[in-house]
Amino acid sequence: MIYETYRNNTKQNDDSKTVANLLSFYFFIGISLTMSQCPELLEILNGVPHGIALLDQNLQIVEVNRFLEALTGYSGEEVRGIPYEYALRTHFQKNSHILQQTLEAGLTSSTEGDILGLNRKKIPIRFTATPILSSGAGLVAMVLVLEDMTDIKETLVGKKEIGPTKGGFLGHSPKMQEVFELLPILAHTDSSVLITGETGTGKDILAEAIHHASQRSKHPFIKVNCGALPESLLESELFGHVRGAFTGAHADKHGMFQLAQGGTIFLTEIGDLPLPLQVKLLTVLDDREFFPLGSQKKVKVDVRLITGTHRDLRKLVGEGGFREDLFFRLNVLRVHMPPLRERDGDIRLLIDHFLQSFAVSLNKNIKKLSPQALQRLTSYRYPGNVRELRNIIEYGVNMCKGEVIELEHLPILVQDHPLSHPPAKPPNSGTALPASRQAGTTPNPPSPATPDLSTITDNFTNWSDIEKQNILGALMRTGGNRSEAAKLLAWGRTTLWRKMKEYNLA
Amino acid sequence: MKILITLQNNNVAPRFDLTTEVMIARITRGKISGTPRTILLSGPSSDELCSLAIKEEVSLVICGGIEDAHFQYLAWKKIDVIDRIIGPAEEALTLAISKKLQPGAIIWPRPERSNMP
Repeated sequence: MIYETYRNNTKQNDDSKTVANLLSFYFFIGISLTMSQCPELLEILNGVPHGIALLDQNLQIVEVNRFLEALTGYSGEEVRGIPYEYALRTHFQKNSHILQQTLEAGLTSSTEGDILGLNRKKIPIRFTATPILSSGAGLVAMVLVLEDMTDIKETLVGKKEIGPTKGGFLGHSPKMQEVFELLPILAHTDSSVLITGETGTGKDILAEAIHHASQRSKHPFIKVNCGALPESLLESELFGHVRGAFTGAHADKHGMFQLAQGGTIFLTEIGDLPLPLQVKLLTVLDDREFFPLGSQKKVKVDVRLITGTHRDLRKLVGEGGFREDLFFRLNVLRVHMPPLRERDGDIRLLIDHFLQSFAVSLNKNIKKLSPQALQRLTSYRYPGNVRELRNIIEYGVNMCKGEVIELEHLPILVQDHPLSHPPAKPPNSGTALPASRQAGTTPNPPSPATPDLSTITDNFTNWSDIEKQNILGALMRTGGNRSEAAKLLAWGRTTLWRKMKEYNLA
Repeated sequence: MKILITLQNNNVAPRFDLTTEVMIARITRGKISGTPRTILLSGPSSDELCSLAIKEEVSLVICGGIEDAHFQYLAWKKIDVIDRIIGPAEEALTLAISKKLQPGAIIWPRPERSNMP
């Protein structure tokens, strides 16, 4: 009855408002604002895939749900009593006084804006503020729902999966195609994934892409760099601590595993994880529960683990720097991100992409690179991989005053690099193979079907021609045996069949 | 060395990109030398703020949230950044001088809890 009366006075027009209204109802009927007295309600809030903050009349935080804890990196206890703009790092685009107006007018209102998240990323947010009114005391509190708009914004501006881009990746090369093909498989399982690859190859982007394509995408994606913190801090960062666990632990703090509840945790530079923490991580993986620092109460977690490293973990195991049992536990599915020098044809594609993107973002009227600059860029070896290429193009766009980036606009390091043909295609290092297939260290034979790129660039003008020639070459070498040809091309049989159909070779 | 703190109502500003006021303090032998300067910016801009930090030869920036691009840029310019700080600027400065300020620290003044261990 009370709820019906209340509902008649409110207008529900989307999910966020429904959540807010439900919460308002709880408060309306007299539930205390202290969530510790009502753990069931906190559990309801934690189950909602949006950030929720309960604010008092002074717009200070009373409680936040777990989703919001994951976005900001602060636990509810830590930020209790702090003004919302400090705790949530908000920015309202159009109506900066929306919360004040909600307080004064007592009406639900929405606006768009953003917050700065834990990983120093700006997250577009739709804010919905709903006042909690009491018939006697007037406005008593406010529910602020924060809806992550990243997916919607990316779709609107056309950033999502256009052309050769998949999950933030760009690439036509066979090795990247294999990664693209494996992505949905990795996303549809809950097994641990180990991503290996040199620095700058996109391990982080792949981990995030797997998360976003998975059923856990509505829940948080938390990234922790195991090499960035000393052991004592890292343990607290990963598993959390309780108040008084050590000097300076003034409040309970949830660890990253708790913040990632329901979602995915990505431990990058896992090879740098100290041995004592490796034991604890192994326990978490086996039991799905752990003790936060100083706590006697076990915490259960439902989190998917993805790890990444540029180190050779097998070698580390041999040297005693990494536990073998943990290595096997992490190495369930293994993906190797190919270095840029092995991604045939992708350098030109990425150059064009970054050139366009930086020209727009830096408001420059740059149309192209000069032939000399292009030649130098396509022959450079890129030890820093895609990240280095991106930085070089950004440098060039900044330095260039005209419409064409010349050789002198590139960094000295690139200018001084001797001209050479791109390196010969190295042995197939097993991009995107399940761990079981990678267990042996014997690399696959080199792909003889791939012609030398120096001859290709003279004879063909686009990637389709090169790919078609590759397929024909492989079929010729195997006497028309498609299975063998697919192996030579380092593709699956289905990929080969699809490509043959695409080029009318079937 | 010089320390730059982003300001909002005498607290560390919650966001680097929205900051319009900063405090720059010169530290000599572990103590604040002279009176810290407060500078009002013409408008919020992360780029301008980075330029100011470089121009003033600042060694450490204390701020709230900061975007990764600007964090990395300052790091590249050999400027340390302690970010995600919530609390009064003066206390943050004192803690930073005594090397006790950690990224993500909350030093917001609140009533003492009676059940502290």
